[in-house]
Amino acid sequence: MRALLLATAALVAAPVAAQDHSAHAGHSASTQDPVAGNEAESHAHGASANQPAAEHAVVDHSAMDHSTMDHSKMDQPATDRSAMDHSTMDHSAMDHSEMDHGAVPVPSSGPPPRALEGPRHAADVIFGAAAMAPSREQLALENGGFRGGSFMFDRLETRVGQGEDLYLWDAQGWYGGDIDKLWIKSEGEGAFGGAVESAEVQALWSHAIDPWFDLQAGVRYDLEPRSRAHAVIGVQGLAPYMFEVDAAAFLSDRGDLTARIEAEYDQRITQRLILQPRAEIVLAAQDVRPAGVGAGLSSIEAGLRLRYEIAREFAPYIGVDYEAKLGRTADFARADGERPDRVFFLLGVRAWF
Amino acid sequence: MVDSPSVSRRSLIVSTAALAAATALPMPAWARGSSLASARKGFATLTGEDIRLTIARSHFMLGDRGGHAVTVNGSLPGPLIRLREGQTVRLHVTNQLDEDSSIHWHGLLVPFQFDGVPGVSFPGIRPGETFTYEFPVRQTGTYWWHSHSGLQEQSGHYGPLIVDPAHDHGPGYDREYVLLLSEFTPLHPHQIMRKLKVSEGYFNYTKQTATEGDMPLAERLQWGRMRMDPRDISDVTGSTYTYLVNGHAPADDLEFVFAPGERIRLRVINGSAMTFFNLRIPGVPLTVIQADGQDVADVTVDELQIGTAETYDLVVEPGAGAHTIVAEAMDRSGMGVATLTSAPGRRALVPALREPVTLTMADMGMGSMDGAHGGAMTHDAHGAMAGMDHGAGGAHGGMAMDHSMRDLSKLPADAQGAGVDMIAPMPIDRMDYPGLGLDKVGHRVLRYTDLRATVPNPVRRPDRSLEIHLTGNMERYMWSFDGKKFTAVTDDPIRFGYDERVRVTLVNDTMMAHPIHLHGHFFELVNGAGPAHQPRKHTLIVQPGSKATFDLTANEPGDWAFHCHLLYHMHAGMMQVVTVRPFPEGGA
Repeated sequence: MRALLLATAALVAAPVAAQDHSAHAGHSASTQDPVAGNEAESHAHGASANQPAAEHAVVDHSAMDHSTMDHSKMDQPATDRSAMDHSTMDHSAMDHSEMDHGAVPVPSSGPPPRALEGPRHAADVIFGAAAMAPSREQLALENGGFRGGSFMFDRLETRVGQGEDLYLWDAQGWYGGDIDKLWIKSEGEGAFGGAVESAEVQALWSHAIDPWFDLQAGVRYDLEPRSRAHAVIGVQGLAPYMFEVDAAAFLSDRGDLTARIEAEYDQRITQRLILQPRAEIVLAAQDVRPAGVGAGLSSIEAGLRLRYEIAREFAPYIGVDYEAKLGRTADFARADGERPDRVFFLLGVRAWF
Repeated sequence: MVDSPSVSRRSLIVSTAALAAATALPMPAWARGSSLASARKGFATLTGEDIRLTIARSHFMLGDRGGHAVTVNGSLPGPLIRLREGQTVRLHVTNQLDEDSSIHWHGLLVPFQFDGVPGVSFPGIRPGETFTYEFPVRQTGTYWWHSHSGLQEQSGHYGPLIVDPAHDHGPGYDREYVLLLSEFTPLHPHQIMRKLKVSEGYFNYTKQTATEGDMPLAERLQWGRMRMDPRDISDVTGSTYTYLVNGHAPADDLEFVFAPGERIRLRVINGSAMTFFNLRIPGVPLTVIQADGQDVADVTVDELQIGTAETYDLVVEPGAGAHTIVAEAMDRSGMGVATLTSAPGRRALVPALREPVTLTMADMGMGSMDGAHGGAMTHDAHGAMAGMDHGAGGAHGGMAMDHSMRDLSKLPADAQGAGVDMIAPMPIDRMDYPGLGLDKVGHRVLRYTDLRATVPNPVRRPDRSLEIHLTGNMERYMWSFDGKKFTAVTDDPIRFGYDERVRVTLVNDTMMAHPIHLHGHFFELVNGAGPAHQPRKHTLIVQPGSKATFDLTANEPGDWAFHCHLLYHMHAGMMQVVTVRPFPEGGA
């Protein structure tokens, strides 16, 4: 009798069970395991038949695949099987509370319609929408709305070589949120007591395109050796194997196309002592004779810096750097009476705020 | 000893007060850096129908380290609020800060408007205002309270909360102590957040280096290829934190006195902002009697890991003499220390910090890797990995693995891909995992699978299931649910029908353990204890690269916060609002 009663309940409930089982297959694998872990227990409880029929009525079993179920495990001690006509029984309407539900995935549907009833924001009803609105905005700001910035001298160093001693700065700063930032970069070089040999500044919009890389686009302005504006497009971020990479192409207001690729890697010797190999290459699509740049791979730079992080924000370093102009760029240098390659010993500091 | 709990409460207060007197030496204002009052260490107890709390700025000193603090009633932690089941309490909270504040009663079942989350349950408490929380107390157990405004919790705005049963059947113990574990940092919490955003691994001084760590090169390269740090256990560490027991640093030498032969109940609360603690009392077995304030069948262990915002009640029967209570930070960068002693002044050995923890492939959701946990993953483990199906041959950390490590199709289409650096390819249930670093310790460690509710839960089959991914990007310090920060889903809450029973599976697509907290409800861990005995919890640790499932009966109507209880993860966006509708007829 009880089984019949339950079956009736399930039948009545079937039309109202408008649950979306479309995502069922995809989720079954992920929802099944924890249930399966409970198999023995839930079976035991199912067998004790202490689950009210009403709960099961809202589950639309008709959409379930029972082909893999072992009906022989069904435990129906209270049922007089001889009185039942199994030939007309619709198994889709059977109550399965006495089966091992551990093997049946729970449907992963959306919330029931009643979940959308009532006020949009519960607290508005009690405190008023006007009182709640500012706190709701504040909540969003405090939980994901981070905006901040940083400014870093990646390299601020004295370069001691065969000729006069040089200074170099390579700085960048940003301000913004997780995805979009304003990014400022500047680098330059000069001789102590002499003129600034080169100086540039970039202003870029930086947009996260994947977990590790930003696409950066904007302008670069060269102050020295001669005023020149460039459009910039590039990527900056962390490459596999933990290489910090910054690669950008520059199109000057004279139509000259160049590119620069920098990569550096932090090898920790101890928690605070870090050896950083760094490489930079410059490419040009054409000769830019006034800048002494020849088409092709025009120069390379390879450096090794050993820094000690007194604090994460402040790390003095020593190092060595090798610069070489290549190909036509080297030819231009020689023609101008310069050495095409140089070695420097470095003394500097990496610092950020 | 008819009324032993109150006797012990008094002794607790006395002991901490004596310590406060000994350690809080009078200082000239210039030495404190401001004219703010110095916060007292430890807490007083407040009881009754009307309890008054005042939130104010203050200053906190630990030895030569001092910093800004936000305290309640002038102490750090704030007062112990001790309620009785069945009473109605009115908590009058006055905000003397120059910014909004709030108090959330962590683990208490309250009408949603008194849950204390500004922007969700109420507008918050503006400077100078007093807000009165009023609710009937309909549960018992060990809980805590804390600010839910900004990052105030980090600065000291938290305290313990205990509800005693209406009908005391006589305690099964002779004495009790509260152990509220937390951290102090002289840094302003906003500075911490900025450093985390600007510089990945800023606080981590236990990274693998050329001279530290025994991971073979091939494996290091594999981690490097994935741009992940296998020593990234805790975001904020002992490099800035001093770990506290009831507001006392290890150097404060906090002592809990007992008489030989006594059974002592320890109410352990992890009130930290960012720290999981490994708790042990060497030589003293710990019998767990409650988890998150809910009765569980006794289980005796030698150590347990308590996640941020969890509570455990333990009963111990220490032998005569002194025993060290060790609350070691999960990343082993520091510890909170106190002494349990039958002879005042006597001290036991304080064990050294254990070796730093190194993550394994299992923590990246690469399935079960038996024997691969701990700091010594061997090449054998590689063998096991090669045996896994990565869809291509030679899965030795090559391209095949990388492709399956970030399958964004497992997230909703509107997920922010830049905020998701990993999707666990084969997340498994790890409720039997004792916690990072505790799987190879050689003594008994508590696991979620040990927890079994003694009070049977109503058995109901879930109406539906729901899967929520815990997502993040270590490099950018972005944290979210389903790849969407709270800012992206403020109008798209997780909706439950009133009284609906939902089986929720949390999939941790990150390498960090997240303590996930749902306000206003207890859910039942699907931990194999059987439907009637699944332990009830308010906070659930989801182990790295794993999935964890709970059954929730959404029977508390209103709007509720749902978030990672690591403060800076929540602050980065790992939060959602849960709505339960409609309100039942005549209810709420």
